Amino acid sequence: MRIHVDADKCQGHNRCYALAPELFDVDDYGNAVVIGDGTVSPELVERAKLAVANCPEFAISLSE
Amino acid sequence: MSSIKPTVSIYGPVTDWATDFDHADPAYNRNADRIWGELRQTCPVAHSDRYGGTWLPVTHEAVREIAYDTENYTSRAVVVSTVVPDDPAPVGGAPPITSDPPFHHDARRLLLPPFSPKKIAEWEGEIRVLCRSLLDGMQAKVAAGERVDAAIDYAQHIPVNVISRMLGFPLEDDDIFRGFVHDILESINGDPDERVRSFERIDAYLMAQIEDHRTNPRDDLTTYLMDVEMYGAKLPDDMVGGVILLLLVAGIDTTWSAIGSSLWHLATHDEDRRRLVADSGLMTTAIEEFLRAYAPVTMARLVAKDHDFHGCPMKKDEWVLLPFPAANRDPAEFVDVDKVLIDRQENRHAAFGLGIHRCLGSNLARLELRVAVEEFIGRFPDFSIDGTEDDVVWSVGQIRGPRELPVRVTRD
Repeated sequence: MRIHVDADKCQGHNRCYALAPELFDVDDYGNAVVIGDGTVSPELVERAKLAVANCPEFAISLSE
Repeated sequence: MSSIKPTVSIYGPVTDWATDFDHADPAYNRNADRIWGELRQTCPVAHSDRYGGTWLPVTHEAVREIAYDTENYTSRAVVVSTVVPDDPAPVGGAPPITSDPPFHHDARRLLLPPFSPKKIAEWEGEIRVLCRSLLDGMQAKVAAGERVDAAIDYAQHIPVNVISRMLGFPLEDDDIFRGFVHDILESINGDPDERVRSFERIDAYLMAQIEDHRTNPRDDLTTYLMDVEMYGAKLPDDMVGGVILLLLVAGIDTTWSAIGSSLWHLATHDEDRRRLVADSGLMTTAIEEFLRAYAPVTMARLVAKDHDFHGCPMKKDEWVLLPFPAANRDPAEFVDVDKVLIDRQENRHAAFGLGIHRCLGSNLARLELRVAVEEFIGRFPDFSIDGTEDDVVWSVGQIRGPRELPVRVTRD
């Protein structure tokens, strides 16, 4: 699975960075970026789903 | 609190919440959840003739739609009151909160780096020291047999102290700053001429601080704002003053309210307090749940042009309140919406707003709130309201939180 951040929707709430710092980083402006190519290892899938479910702007998605 | 006096409303008490609501009526913040719940059933976008015409959407969907719409609504004024500032769009009087695109984006970019999560994390140690020293003071009062108040003796001091340090303003002026915040955010239904005079007093104070920083530049946000360039030129003094006004006002009673509401919840819900004291691993979800359930900030817009909003005829220059706290209580968006669940895992709350005006200070607010709650329950694991709910005094206006929260504490 891979995680994505829609940069047009992200407003820098930083919920994802707080919930799953293994998957997300933030830039100097506080906007979220995925780490590496966004591949989610099996043990982090639950965290990735939490990041999706907690983003106020619906900016995060998971794909197969 | 000495400089703060109640405002005499020019409107009088509310007669009907669907057609004559007034968020500055003392009954509003005290009963907000119930009022929003009733409106959601009967009138999900309420209207009042007060303040020259004000709309109040209470569903998550409607609040979200307006927050994302920068064509039909302008942010040039964001505090509903008897005075509409004459600062024109797209800059407004306190950029970037009062700014519209495209200027908003460029102004906000200047401020985002110092408020990014990694920069803000550096403040944790200082905030913790501050909280502990306030708790020392409370403990001394308790030992002396005096009454203590979690809002007056604790919550209200934390954000004002931190933002004063960031701006390089005199820490001993905290009472003055709380007076400014009261004048701007609570004295909204009072005499318009007095309101204009209070704006002038605030402006004079800020200009004096800018002048002091020009004479004695130092490593703080004020000096940064005076030196930073936008479109190839330094910011004019009135814009620096406007940005500082935003940081000072938005940074003080918002977080003070969030800390107070969280402590109010813990004072009135023994089981939640005991669970949180016993298991610090719950702190992250608890803080987000307090932010959802007791979100302190309702924003506002002015209608930019006449248009129809789902059957509501919105007229140019009418106000629209954006109650993110009501969106957070919408059963269409949250399961068990009226239960405060400190272990809620999925919590897509909108306490810090939605869209381009997401609270600039959200990382700082979260840090202050978490540290303030951690330190308080660490020091006083057992506390309750000293008196009854009638002894708790809630704010009036767009920022909701307890202004007086007398507590009875027991030390381990």
